[in-house]
Amino acid sequence: MSLNKTVIHPVWLRANHWINLIAVVIMVLSGWRIYNASPIFAFSFPKQITLGGWLAGALLWHFAAMWLLFFNGLMYLFINIVSGRFKARFFPIRVRDLLNDLIAALKGKLAHDSLYEYNAVQKLAYLFVIVDLILLVLSGLVVWKPVQFPLLRELMGDYDNARIVHFFAMVALLAFAAIHVVMVALVPKTLIMMIRGR
Amino acid sequence: MKKSLDKSIIIQEALKELPSPARRLFLKRTLTLGGLSLLSGCTVTDEESAERMLMKISRFNDDVQAWLFDPNKLAPTYPESMITKPFPFNAYYGRDKIPEVDGADFLLEVSGLVADKHSWSLAELYRLPQTDQVTRLICVEGWSAIGKWGGVTFATFLKRIGADVSAKYVGFKCADNYYTSIDMPTALHAQTLLTFTYDGKTLPPEYGYPMKLRMPTKLGYKNPKHIVAIFVTNTYPGGYWEDKGYNWFGGS
Ligand code: HEM
Repeated sequence: MSLNKTVIHPVWLRANHWINLIAVVIMVLSGWRIYNASPIFAFSFPKQITLGGWLAGALLWHFAAMWLLFFNGLMYLFINIVSGRFKARFFPIRVRDLLNDLIAALKGKLAHDSLYEYNAVQKLAYLFVIVDLILLVLSGLVVWKPVQFPLLRELMGDYDNARIVHFFAMVALLAFAAIHVVMVALVPKTLIMMIRGR
Repeated sequence: MKKSLDKSIIIQEALKELPSPARRLFLKRTLTLGGLSLLSGCTVTDEESAERMLMKISRFNDDVQAWLFDPNKLAPTYPESMITKPFPFNAYYGRDKIPEVDGADFLLEVSGLVADKHSWSLAELYRLPQTDQVTRLICVEGWSAIGKWGGVTFATFLKRIGADVSAKYVGFKCADNYYTSIDMPTALHAQTLLTFTYDGKTLPPEYGYPMKLRMPTKLGYKNPKHIVAIFVTNTYPGGYWEDKGYNWFGGS
């Protein structure tokens, strides 16, 4: 294990995490404005909380921040996997641990006693959001370039369906974020660690 | 930040530097989070540089899309049973402003880097080899609709007029004062058609009579209607929406 005992979150991870947050915020807020131009469902996002002012502005933000999200995400996967940190941090996830942790969480006393390790619920939640972000990028690619990515297009069930996949992947991301922030608020020490590394 | 200066004076000064009212509008709209200025507290210069950065990335995205564009990759085609009925009307104006073009003495102007600059009557254009296809039109707003357009493969037309196909752009001027331009590789794509019919009938005014350039590899605003002039050039011609901040390549 390459985990350093004093620095829990290496500096590249901390930078990566906060850059990702900036990218996600820009993507989501501008994405809402883009959604509003032609809503899929019978509602729109309140204009005041969207980014870009009008469709062209929102598209400029969306297609700028996508590079940040994409390359930052690529860096995360690359450094994590190559360094072996990914395997050490997120695996194994045991079903029994998961159940125990879930029950503990519902009782309001989820263990985060060792800050050097993620509990099973955390592991699953982080893996979930990593997969969800990949799905967001892939469905976004189909919405952006349906002709150039025929295989992805067919997998998503053509253009209109890719929009729906993209939308619900956003919803799932927000659901994760909501729970994630509550968890961090419950164990504020983790936030300090994610900023200072220790 | 020059706090001592009245902000409205700074804004007025900065706006004088801007070339057009449209651009002014664009600047004020792009950076806002709802009604609030995203960079509130900072000067107009900051807004302008943020905007310049976004436009630079948009130009970069043009290059990426040109690189991603595969001239041999075809857009999906659909059975006629899937045609969207009624096919939506869409323009930067309402139905009451649809231009009325008289086909009898209509002449399509051709200019720029082409060998044969003679103007084309509709009868002449209709004599070119015709084909049709059922494809999905995707609007930048996010909706899409399937339609059937018929006309001449644009590459065939470009060959007839002796266009310099090593040129960068093909530009279009329209009867409704719309204008746009496309890259040469897309102009030469097998599914790029100069169309005169919709669903087997003469293109009706709301879909772009007398002709519409139909490209299933580009978003709706790149597909000009009511075309009256076509030119081949190496000078970036821009476009109606593109000059307001929409991405120029607009590829699918
Ligand atoms: C939607 C946006 C967000 C995403 C996708 C996200 C994703 C993640 C992921 C994947 C991890 C694990 C990283 C690793 O160890 O490899 C993580 C950890 C963490 N995140 Fe976020 N995050 C988001 C927003 C936030 C926000 C807004 C905060 C602050 C309130 C935050 C605070 C933290 C903290 C403190 C940790 C470390 C947790 C611990 O050590 O137990 N995150 N986040």
